[in-house]
Parts: sequence; C-alpha cells; structure tokens
Amino acid sequence: MAHIFLYLTLAGYFGATILWLGFFLRQRESYCRWGAWVMGGGLAAHTLALIQQTVQVGYLPVATFSNTLLVFDWALVAVFLLLNWRYPIKVLGALVAPLAALLASGALILPQGEGTLSPLLQGFWLTLHITLTLLGYAALALAFLGGIFYLVQERQIKSKKFGFFYRRLPSLSQLDTLNYWCLSIGFPLLTAGIVTGSLYAQRTMGRFWSWDPKEILTLSAWLIYAVLVHERLTVGWRGRRAAWLAICGFLVLVGTFVGASLWLTGYHSFAKFIQP
Amino acid sequence: MKVLLLGVNHKTAPVSLREKLVGLVPDLGQAYGTLMDWPEFSEVMLYTTCNRVELLGVTAEPEAARLRVQAFFTRPPEITPEALAESLYVLEDQDAVQHLFRVAASLDAMVVGEPQILGQIKAAYRTATEHRTTGPILNRLLHKSFSVAKRVRSETGIGDQAVSVSYAAVTLGRKIFGELTGKNVLLLGAGEMAELALEHLRGQGVASITVANRTLARGVQLAQRFGGEAVSLEELEPQLLSADILISSTGAGDYLLTRDQVRSVMRRRKQRPLFLIDIAVPRDLDPAINDLDNVYLYNIDDLTEVAEKGMEHRRREAAKAERLVAEETLKFQHWLTTLEVFPTIIALKDKAEAICRAELKKTLSQLGALTPEQHQALEVLTSSITQKLLHDPIIFLKRNHHSKQTPRELDLVRRLFRLESAEPEEAQESEAGDYAEKN
Repeated sequence: MAHIFLYLTLAGYFGATILWLGFFLRQRESYCRWGAWVMGGGLAAHTLALIQQTVQVGYLPVATFSNTLLVFDWALVAVFLLLNWRYPIKVLGALVAPLAALLASGALILPQGEGTLSPLLQGFWLTLHITLTLLGYAALALAFLGGIFYLVQERQIKSKKFGFFYRRLPSLSQLDTLNYWCLSIGFPLLTAGIVTGSLYAQRTMGRFWSWDPKEILTLSAWLIYAVLVHERLTVGWRGRRAAWLAICGFLVLVGTFVGASLWLTGYHSFAKFIQP
Repeated sequence: MKVLLLGVNHKTAPVSLREKLVGLVPDLGQAYGTLMDWPEFSEVMLYTTCNRVELLGVTAEPEAARLRVQAFFTRPPEITPEALAESLYVLEDQDAVQHLFRVAASLDAMVVGEPQILGQIKAAYRTATEHRTTGPILNRLLHKSFSVAKRVRSETGIGDQAVSVSYAAVTLGRKIFGELTGKNVLLLGAGEMAELALEHLRGQGVASITVANRTLARGVQLAQRFGGEAVSLEELEPQLLSADILISSTGAGDYLLTRDQVRSVMRRRKQRPLFLIDIAVPRDLDPAINDLDNVYLYNIDDLTEVAEKGMEHRRREAAKAERLVAEETLKFQHWLTTLEVFPTIIALKDKAEAICRAELKKTLSQLGALTPEQHQALEVLTSSITQKLLHDPIIFLKRNHHSKQTPRELDLVRRLFRLESAEPEEAQESEAGDYAEKN
C-alpha cells in the first residue's frame, strides 16, 4: 500500500508514453491531448507519493540516488507540463514521457538505502538548494531534448533529404524558441541553486566553496550555459550552436548528477548522506 | 427513389463548355428558383468547383429527371445539345454516391488532394439548405461526404506534401520559421514561378514585399502589383538585413550573392534565419551559401525534387483514399436501401410480432394452466391489438409511396419505432443532418 501512489505514477507515465508515441507516429491531435492529461494524472500521483514520503521521513526524500531520481523526475514532468501549457511543442512529449517513465521505474528498481539522514543535511535552506537545482536540471533537460530535435530537423532541411522526422518535428524556429525558454528558466534556477548551496555551506561548514568534484563539474556546466546565454543575448547565437551547447551543458550536468554522486568521493556524494 | 448525379468536369468537357455552364449559374441562389419547381426531384442540389458543374438530386423518375437537367443545361443558345451530350455524365445510386465522395475528398480533382474543393461543396450545400431543396437523403449524403473527406485527410497523407514548386517553397518556409506571418520577402527579378511563390507567401500573411530589379521601372511596376516597395539592385545587401525570405530569379549569369557577403550580413542580422530561394537558371546565388549556419538555400532543382516526391507520395496515398471511399459508398448504399418502403414495413411488423411473443410468454408463465381455447384467445387478442395499432402507420407508408415526402417520413418512422438499433452511430448522424437542414 505504501507504494500505491508510485505505481499510479508509473502507470500514468507509461500510459502517457504510449499515447505520445502514438501521436508521434500517427499524428492525431487527440492522442497528445490525452497524453497531456494522463501525464498530468501521473504527476498528481507523483506529488502525492512525494508528500507521503516527506511526511514519513520528515524531510524531502533526496538522501539517496533513487530518491533524488524520483524528485528530479517530478521536476521534469512539472516543467514539461508547464511548457506544454504555455508554449506547446507537442512532439517533445514523445521524448519526455518515456524518459519520465524510465526514471520512475529506475527509482523503484534501484536500492532505496535505509538509515537516518545526518542532522547537518536537514533544513529549509538545503531543501531549497536541492529543489532549485533539480528544477533547473529539469528545464535544462528539456533544452537538451529540444536540442536533439533541432539538430535532426536542421540536418534534414540543410541536406534536403526529407525523411521520417521532417514531417513530424516542429519548425526550427519553434525548437530554437524552446531552447531559449528553457535556458531562461533553467539557468537562473541553476544559479540560484548554486548560490543557496554555497550560502548553506558557509553557515554549516564555514566556507562557500570546497572544490568538491560535484561542485567543479556543476561550475563547468554553469559556465557552458553562461556562455550560451551571453552569446545569445549579445551576438545572437542561435540554432545549431545553441542546440550543441545545450546538449553539452546537459551532458556535464548528467555527469555531476550520476558520476559525482555515485563514483567520485566528495561531501556531495550520496554515500556520505546516510548514517547507517 | 434514386440518387442521381449529372455533370461535366475537366476530364469530360473542354474549358469552353465548362465556363459556359458556370456562366449559366453565376449565382447559385438564382438557379434554385428554377430547380425548386421541378416535380421530378424530391431533393436537389447544384454545385460548381473550379473544374466542374454538377447537379445532385433524388428522384423517382430518373429518365424524366435527366431530360429536365439536360434541358436546363442547354438553355443558353451557345450550348448545343450535342456538345453537352458528349460531355455529360449521368450517374445513379452507388455510382453517384461514390462520385460525390471522390469529389469531396478531392480524388477527382485536377491536382489530386487540393483542399479547396471541400469548402466549395460545403458552401454550395449551405446555399441549398437555405433554399430548402435538400431532404433527408441529400442531407445525410452531404454530411457523409464531409466526414469521408475528413477521414481521407486525416487517415491518409494525401494533403501532407507540397506538389508544386511554389508551394514547396512555402512548406519549407514554414518548417524554418514556423509561421510566415510578419516575415519580410525580398524578390530579385521576376518571373512566373517567382510570382506564384509570392502569391502563396502572401496567402500566408507575410508582412512586407520588396522588389529589387535591374530596371527600376519594371521593379516599381511589380511592386505595385503585389502591394510592395521597389528598390534598386545595388541596395541588395542592406535590404538583406531586414528580409527573411529571398526569392531570386534574375538568371543574370553571375552570382548576385556570394558566401562571404551572406556571412557578413548574417553577423549583422544577429543570426536571424534566412531562407534563400534561387529559381533562376543559371543560378543567382552561390551554392556554398548553404554551408552557413541559419541560412537555408534551395535552388530550382531542389524544389522540383520536393514537389515530385510530394506528387509521388500523393499518388500512393490516393490509392488508400480510394479504398476508403469505396468502403463508405457501400455503407451509404446499404442505408439507402433500408429507406425503401417495404423493408420498413416488414421491420415494423417484425418488431411488433417479437414484442407480442415476448409479452405473451411472460403472461402465460404467470397465469398457470389454461385450456387450449383460452390460450388461443390470448394469442388472437395480442396479435389483433398490434395489427390494429400498426394498420394506420402501414397504410400511411404505403399511400405515400411516390410522394416527395417519402424519404423524410420513412426516416421518421424508422426513428420513431427505433428500427435502426443496429446502427446507433449512423442514426445520430442522420439527426445531425436534419438539424442542419432546419437551421
């Protein structure tokens, strides 16, 4: 029973995956409308699951890799649905829905990790740090997916060979606007995440920055995005270059999230969070 | 009752005859003044599209109806009966239904898959309903033809791809810019193809059109025609700063724009995308321009290839659409036959008998043992009640056998007694049709 909301979430995301892939293949408007509703249902269940866990353990469940994956998944779906409502690029759902379903399955399959969280890692500021960072990740993940679509579509138009994707993908300008939208949401969130994190570190450990592997990688990703934002605003970088930078930036972020959390040592690694 | 379709189209009649016939019905509303007085037709509708003039009707006397229409079409002295007879096709029932479905789905068009035809038929149907010349059969037939056209459009890829060079440019532009509204078009030189493309672009709502021509006078002339502005060819580079789409068709022999020129322009444009269409032979624009980021260069061969592939695709999809039309035609034909009087009477009697049997069985099981006489008396009682009840409706149906109203009444009787329970979805559509007619 404890996992009922999680299973509902999973069902919602897999259902949305089927609908959205159906939309991608058959191009029926109604499929993607339903896809959005089913995904919204999944998100509601997901929210309830997170609330349930938070109430149970007393803090936002981000102490283990699988828990964090689940929270990131929530952020991804939430940001996507927000985007889909404000600025619909329907076909993006065909990538986001399967990704959300996979992440949720991963979170259920991976070891949960038992134990108590050190009191140092509890508190409002830390929760804020994590929430902001993960929301930023989610927006930048959408920029990454949009970037892939952009490169595929641009290749087709440039090479004048129109294949399977040409008809199904949106116009270049829409995909480029998506990049801009995600960047203008994701970059401030990521920045705010870094700032709140270092303020918290100053309060608890006495220093803003400790050159921990995760911090270094995040900083390099932040620099990539900073270059992109700067060039977009000044010289008007767009299109292919913007897509490539969004892809590179996100790959580094994945490195910080997966690599630095699991393999590299540092105080940001999940292994250090839990006291058995 | 027969569905009858008579007409001429681009395959059977030369344009000289078609235009005379169209001239005959300059205003559909006026034509209905004549059509409504024809006793042969219980329902009638007239429609014209770019390449056809057709009359659709429901009649009990197809031969007399055909003569009536022929007389109507040959009313103007310049249309001789011989010329008309050569071109006129007369289709009945299934053939007529199938023909209408094919026209609405744009399978019978000159350029298969062009979407305007459906709109023209919808407009003609609206005019007919305003004059109250359609009835249950045509209402249903027309609504069905709209839904067939919609199915063809959504289930086959018949309208997906551009089949003309000029329209290929528009679809490409949409894949680059999303919307073409508010975009600026720069035209270099002029020619038929360029003007066609410009027409399409204007239809998409582009913001401004600028014409640059070697001779300014000709440029001004063109600009006036398209409601744009004329500039001289020397101003090409500064003009490129504000343009989004450039159509070049001078064929001057030298490249008007080189890669380096466009690169420097792109930097000054802050990399806003630029779509260059070079339809000149020899080419006006350096092919290496296509290597630049955010610049998309298409020449005449590229566009022709896009259009040819689109045509090929359309032909394949049209075969799918034909199957769909055949399927829907059969369904409609089935419905038509159920509208005949006698099947309705039989269905009515069958239903009454079934109710009798069921109710009798129920009562008998409750009454217990009865003598054979009592048993028979009950049977006689129930059957005579239902027979008397149905007597008047059946007489009513039979008496109206040849009336104009018959289909409408049959339809009503079938719905009143729910004789169409096998096809609930179709029954609903028929109601929708009647509703449209009332409005």
